[in-house]
Amino acid sequence: MLRNFWKESGFVAALVGLLVFAAFPFYWMVITAFKRDSDLYNLDYNPFVFNEPPTLEHVNLLFNQTAFVRWVENSLIIGIAVVAITLVTAIPAGYSLARMGGRKAEGLGIGIFLTYLVPPTLLFLPLARVISLAGLQDSLWSLVLVYPTFTIPFCTWLMMGFFKSVPRAIEEAAIVDGCSLLGAFVKVILPVSLPGILTVVIFTFTLTMQEFIYALTFISTESQVPVTLGVATDLVRGDIFYWGSLMAAALIASVPFAILYNLFLDRFIMGITGGAMK
Amino acid sequence: MSADYAAIAPPSARRVRWSLDHADFLGSLLVAPAVLFILCLVAVPFFLAIYYSLSAYNMGTLSFSFVGLDNFIAVTKSEIFRRSLMNTLLFTVASNLIALVLGKIAALLLLREFRGRTVVRCLLILPWAVPVALAAITWRWMLDSMYSVINWVLVHSHLVPAYVWPNWLGEEGLAMISIIVIQAWRLFPFSAIIFLAGLTSVPKTIVDAAYVDGAGYWRRTFQIVLPVILPIMMVAMLFGLVFTFTDMSVVYLVTKGGPTNSTQVLGSLAFQVGILSGDVGRGAAISLYFFPFLLVATYFLLRYLRRREI
Repeated sequence: MLRNFWKESGFVAALVGLLVFAAFPFYWMVITAFKRDSDLYNLDYNPFVFNEPPTLEHVNLLFNQTAFVRWVENSLIIGIAVVAITLVTAIPAGYSLARMGGRKAEGLGIGIFLTYLVPPTLLFLPLARVISLAGLQDSLWSLVLVYPTFTIPFCTWLMMGFFKSVPRAIEEAAIVDGCSLLGAFVKVILPVSLPGILTVVIFTFTLTMQEFIYALTFISTESQVPVTLGVATDLVRGDIFYWGSLMAAALIASVPFAILYNLFLDRFIMGITGGAMK
Repeated sequence: MSADYAAIAPPSARRVRWSLDHADFLGSLLVAPAVLFILCLVAVPFFLAIYYSLSAYNMGTLSFSFVGLDNFIAVTKSEIFRRSLMNTLLFTVASNLIALVLGKIAALLLLREFRGRTVVRCLLILPWAVPVALAAITWRWMLDSMYSVINWVLVHSHLVPAYVWPNWLGEEGLAMISIIVIQAWRLFPFSAIIFLAGLTSVPKTIVDAAYVDGAGYWRRTFQIVLPVILPIMMVAMLFGLVFTFTDMSVVYLVTKGGPTNSTQVLGSLAFQVGILSGDVGRGAAISLYFFPFLLVATYFLLRYLRRREI
């Protein structure tokens, strides 16, 4: 009995500790975003609760006096464009690597996956040159050009895993019925792979929204930055941090990620482990 | 396969038809766009980086001249570079170790069925899901020199006296601890879900069989479960190491490398030298110090990717 009690207490203590560590910054975003300045910057108050009535002034400031809405739009444009580029390249590549070419394809697949490891901090100098040669400096389209360098390797790997889990018999039946190889892929395999494709869309989108280093390097015009860069750099005026609106922005921009990741986590795990782990 | 159709189709259509039906050709065609994109925007820039590192290329003068290994020598001699290298190693190893331990604990906790498990899992994933820029700015506020909530707790539990609380981002050792903790916070959910996926994928029959054969808890853990999940764990760990070693996001956003370069890492130094100061040659030389590290990581990754069974 006693031993069980200690075991239970240990379990609960570890769980609570870990939860506080993981989630406290988000609680902190919420409470800061809706606190009055006079409440925020008063050392005598208990910072965990509202000592004065909550306010929407920070949110108002964010939407009416900063380019926050524009940044969100920029992020959406970048995200959608990169998703499109990634889909038309990674889906065929993943299929080809999963089904055609045997061992050679296996090696090429791993090779493509490994380019995901080449970090922005190694490529940003030459890519800055490429961007300026293409006339895209200070434009959000520079990110549309560069982001596929990491979304394509990642998504090709994901799609390869998904296609491997589709039974070969499906294509064989289609081919026997008179489909070409390409026809079987487009008309038969793609429709049954919709869940995998949806996963690729979601993760490409979140990867582009999370990137920070390339955006910081290539874009300095306030009207062109994506939302993460805008919040982290342009909301800070000189050395002054408007913590209320900063946290409101961080909160609003974080919510979609929290939802998407939790909805698609299982698919993501399946994808990254090569589709073999059920 | 569809010989009848091929026979009646005009010759040009037949040729197209043939090539689309030929697995080798179609396979190459389908993979070509992805490979081309990567060649143009990863491989070419990579060689460009090597070229830059061997030349005196400055944003100001825009003049190229071959200088051999001068950039590497100058960089290696500099005090800041050596300090950044040591910082990077410490930052990477410490944050990944903490993330690994916390991830393992989280996975073990989530392995049990209890009420609210789904909600707990949702909350534990958050640090990994949220964009680094937004998370880092929140930590910066939590570690504020004046209004840090952490210091408020420390003061009010009488662990530190009021008004002489620690200045987390303003003192050398504390700043390093701060960025390590933030990075571990970002990474641990990832290691937790990989652990969890690994642990739940070990066939229960194997574990049960070992139990019946008299294997105790430790023996089951180390000789049955661990070998099965090791390859995928190693892959996840190598990814964590590579991403931390080459990253500059947390450092740039929270401390900007300060105070006095005490949290400067290779990535942020390359950014400062190559982009902000415009000395592209030296910046590229610093960046290329990642390469041997990437090679080693790649070697191990290949080994474990091929051995991956689950």
